[in-house]
Amino acid sequence: MSERPHFTLDGRRVPFQDGQTLMTAALDAGVYIPHLCFNPEFTPHGSCRVCLVEVNGRVQAACTTPAAAGLIVQSEIEELREIRRGILQMLFVEGNHVCPACEKSGACQLQAVAYYVGMLAPHYTHFYPRRPVDASHPEAVLDFNRCILCELCVRASRDVDGKNIFAVQGRGIQARLVVNTPSGQLGATPFSLHDKAAQVCPTGTILIKHRGYETPIGQRLYDRKPISVVGDVAQVSESRGGRRHD
Amino acid sequence: MIEPRLKVATCSLAGCFGCHMSLLDLDERLFDLAERVELDRSPLTDIKELGECDIGLIEGGVCNAENVHVLMEFRARCKVLIAIGACALNGGIPAMRNQFALKDCLEESYLRGIGLVDPQIPNDPEIPLLLDQVHPVHEVVKIDYFLPGCPPSADTIWTFVSQLLSGQAVALSYTQIHYD
Repeated sequence: MSERPHFTLDGRRVPFQDGQTLMTAALDAGVYIPHLCFNPEFTPHGSCRVCLVEVNGRVQAACTTPAAAGLIVQSEIEELREIRRGILQMLFVEGNHVCPACEKSGACQLQAVAYYVGMLAPHYTHFYPRRPVDASHPEAVLDFNRCILCELCVRASRDVDGKNIFAVQGRGIQARLVVNTPSGQLGATPFSLHDKAAQVCPTGTILIKHRGYETPIGQRLYDRKPISVVGDVAQVSESRGGRRHD
Repeated sequence: MIEPRLKVATCSLAGCFGCHMSLLDLDERLFDLAERVELDRSPLTDIKELGECDIGLIEGGVCNAENVHVLMEFRARCKVLIAIGACALNGGIPAMRNQFALKDCLEESYLRGIGLVDPQIPNDPEIPLLLDQVHPVHEVVKIDYFLPGCPPSADTIWTFVSQLLSGQAVALSYTQIHYD
């Protein structure tokens, strides 16, 4: 019997199958690599750069790097923690992330990853951008202040729901999430809470109305245990405090 | 020989005094703290003039000219300056007004508010002028330590203060770091 191919992640042997990335192989082996725009159910996007790892001495995104036999991968090293912290800090100052006023606080992947990488304060100068809130839909609210452009809702709505409700408009610092209708209002779309797009947001951008405080602050997904133990909010069932439909 | 107590000053800028309430939540541990520190200017002592201090605790962001003045004075007189709570760290709830023009905020409150008699925007010279936006304190002065939370719990403050006073590296546990 031939041995399964493997690479080394922080000194640990991680087996993989053909076609897997460093991220999916690590996930299968139960090793956490912090990430935001990655969701195992979707084609990797490689845009948030939080999953940067050192591969044979070169820094690459774990979600888009194919696993290969014999690679030496490092993830939990101070140099990378510092880069990840910097990315999180930039994401926080670029939007308006007011955790004390956000219904998603405590079950927010952005916040949980920031805790994981040891971010105490945003460090950089805040942009305080002026972005709208769209409450036109009867069941969901869109707060664009919290969008980090991971495009998971874009991918979910286009590839799974077949509705193509979300899109990113503009380039560079002008890039922003929009609703794909002439009015730009979510209420004018066939968006439903049963859509995949309603389950995948890693921040509090897509919120379900009327249920914000069903779970009290202090008893939420990431209030007691870190994301490396609990998992992504989109992968945890609703009955356990996540967003995945039971 | 009794060691001299460290001088500590505190203030609340554009905050709600919630972080100070959390500090008082130290409860019986305040006796231990009082053996090691002496309060200088603070809402708890009502001393108005800031002396030379070892540690300064800043609650709240800066929303007006007086906040900026106080913050710069704290930086000049405190060896170690600590930003405590969400508002000091990122502007917090008061910074939500940054979504609107200052003029609109003032008019909404003082001209268009419900039940106003003789509506006018206050402009007494004793009232500090508002900044056009609320800012976290690190955008104005150098901050040595950040303690997140809205507010940080008394346990978090106690862990932090104990480690700081004993000269250890500050290391908070997972449940002690919260942005909410």
